[in-house]
Amino acid sequence: MTTLTLAKALNMGLRKAMEDDPKVLIMGEDIGKLGGVFRVTDGLQKDFGEDRVIDTPLAESGIIGTAIGLAIRGYRPVCEIQFDGFVFPAADQIITQLAKMPLRSLGKLKLPVVVRIPCGGGIGAVEHHSESPEAYFTHTAGLRVVACSNPVDAYTMIQQAVRSDDPVIFFEPKRRYWDKADVDTSPAATWHPFDAARIAKPGADLTMLAWGPMVKTALLAAGAAAEEGRDVEVIDLRSLNPVDLPLVIESVRRTGRCVIVHEAPVYSGLGGELAARITEQCFYHLEAPVLRVGGFSTPYPPSRLEEHYLPDLDRVLDAVDRAFGY
Amino acid sequence: MTADVSLGDQSPPELVQLLTPEGERVEHPDYDIDLSDEELKGLYRDLVLVRRVDLEAVALQRQGELGLWASLLGQEAAQVGSGRALTDADMAFPTYREHGVAWCRKVDPVQLLGMFRGVNHGGWDPVEHNFHLYTIVIGSQTLHAVGYAMGIQRDGAESAAIAYFGDGATSQGDVNEAFIWASVFNAPVVFFCQNNQWAISEPLEKQTRIPLYRRAAGFGFPGVRVDGNDVLACLAVTRKALADARSGQGPSMIEAFTYRMGAHTTSDDPTRYRVADELESWKLKDPIERVKAYLSKNGIADQAYFAEIDAEADELGRDLRRRCLAMPDPQPLAIFDHVYNEPHALLAEEREQFAAYLNSFEEGAR
Ligand SMILES: Cc1ncc(C[n+]2csc(CCOP(=O)(O)OP(=O)(O)O)c2C)c(N)n1
Ligand SMILES: [Mg+2]
Repeated sequence: MTTLTLAKALNMGLRKAMEDDPKVLIMGEDIGKLGGVFRVTDGLQKDFGEDRVIDTPLAESGIIGTAIGLAIRGYRPVCEIQFDGFVFPAADQIITQLAKMPLRSLGKLKLPVVVRIPCGGGIGAVEHHSESPEAYFTHTAGLRVVACSNPVDAYTMIQQAVRSDDPVIFFEPKRRYWDKADVDTSPAATWHPFDAARIAKPGADLTMLAWGPMVKTALLAAGAAAEEGRDVEVIDLRSLNPVDLPLVIESVRRTGRCVIVHEAPVYSGLGGELAARITEQCFYHLEAPVLRVGGFSTPYPPSRLEEHYLPDLDRVLDAVDRAFGY
Repeated sequence: MTADVSLGDQSPPELVQLLTPEGERVEHPDYDIDLSDEELKGLYRDLVLVRRVDLEAVALQRQGELGLWASLLGQEAAQVGSGRALTDADMAFPTYREHGVAWCRKVDPVQLLGMFRGVNHGGWDPVEHNFHLYTIVIGSQTLHAVGYAMGIQRDGAESAAIAYFGDGATSQGDVNEAFIWASVFNAPVVFFCQNNQWAISEPLEKQTRIPLYRRAAGFGFPGVRVDGNDVLACLAVTRKALADARSGQGPSMIEAFTYRMGAHTTSDDPTRYRVADELESWKLKDPIERVKAYLSKNGIADQAYFAEIDAEADELGRDLRRRCLAMPDPQPLAIFDHVYNEPHALLAEEREQFAAYLNSFEEGAR
């Protein structure tokens, strides 16, 4: 066991992936000497060289487009997008090419490209540095979309993403980069399956679904709810497309209540899809409608207002109260 | 893994300079400038005040009053020179670092602080100042400048647009598309690239194999490299480019060759990627010192004048600090303001629900 921050766990996971497979490349802006603005790639260029850890020109469409070409040639590129808001210049390459090319080739082409995106708010940043764009990508067939929430998952999931033969959009919870946990980096460690959700805290009265940065908030809310005698089960979804519905459905059938928490706007957010599926499959077990807590239908606000925009303990508990009010 | 450049102009890059780092006036066959003593003193004042605003903002960030600041240190001449070349009717499209251009467009410096303090996403009226809001997404604004210029063209107006961007930005698709649009439509736009040698940690070689100004030729319009630390040259070159644009001669590109003396932003640590020697050599090319030397040597300004400007700068800094600290935090419900210009039912409902939610705490406290 080693105590690692989430950022360091990603760094070590990437290092392991590069050691394991010489075809793995890392590319992005400022990832070399600087080690990325969050230092996730710290030291990798020094150890693996500039041909494998590539400081690219400042152009996101170029990063993803050339990663696709490298993948066609047999490489496994891991692309870093510096901040969530800067993935959009690459949206065309991701949506029209990366997601669809394997199908068009009738499975002859594999595109094992990983797109790492630091996401979410809470770090007091300026515009475009705090967004949660997961729904744009979960809406795009052909992409696997995952979100890690803690150092253990960061270490394993990044390696699983690199090994996947499908394109993976990999969300990293930027305000949790500095959270620490013990990580078993030994080869003997058992890894949670890539596609599977995980019960982060078992409970009997209400199921709370969260991913990425919101898992910690959900766990804190569950702790506070326990003081009021409410036993909340927290599920860390981990994989956002596909979603581990069997686990979710089993839980909600058991608890009869469900609250979904995400930072992205509620309107047309992933929570809407989940709520619909849960309602379809748990209708006769539900004591209350599935409730959602998330961002407003506004652009992410200036940082002095972000505490109001981001779902916090109070807003999550308010939803829990409402779920018990039916 | 890079091969030698084998195509295109192989001559050493030219650099338009009218004032040497030592403060000597030099002539250039294509660019001349004849400024009155008052105008020269005015440029000096601009440079000093703009640097002072920047220093104060860095200090405010260090003290936690701003979340972030992108310093213009070292780029004052490029910004003041080009900014003073604009007429009121010209329209400027900045990045996030053009505090010196903002000054020339009469934007109150305290308004620049809003987005860095996190109270708004851009606090001035772009129409009033003909100075667009700061754009963080690299390169986007260059296309806006071209579109605006196409509007000027269609209106038959005698003005031009200017797009600011960095060396790193020249790699973006949007910027290259802007070049193409401007060229094809012969739009009255000036592309003003401040090549400060760095895009965060990436040196210029990561973006280009040829001098940036030479890219213009491939797109079909003129490009020129100017000493970006020479305010006179920047003024002269930008004046000419704007005049050409206004008179129907189409776009051009200016590469202001300069240096980012500070960190990329206050969040950055340049010691991880660049050596101090480089910084030391650029210190000798300081944009303000050379103007000061020229003014004193030629008896245009004396110590008393410099002291007066320093005092004005100090007062400006103090005033900026005072007004920054007095900036109110926005009210929570401001999150819902200005998202749409017309009524929007969903937003109205969310706003109402959130107001009730906030109220529930106040009632609980009572
Ligand atoms: C589309 C996009 N990608 C990445 C970033 C992050 N970023 C902010 S500034 C910067 C470097 C810009 O360099 P340059 O264009 O030379 O301008 P400078 O900051 O040197 O003035 C980067 C990569 C961004 N703001 N927008
Ligand atoms: Mg630059």
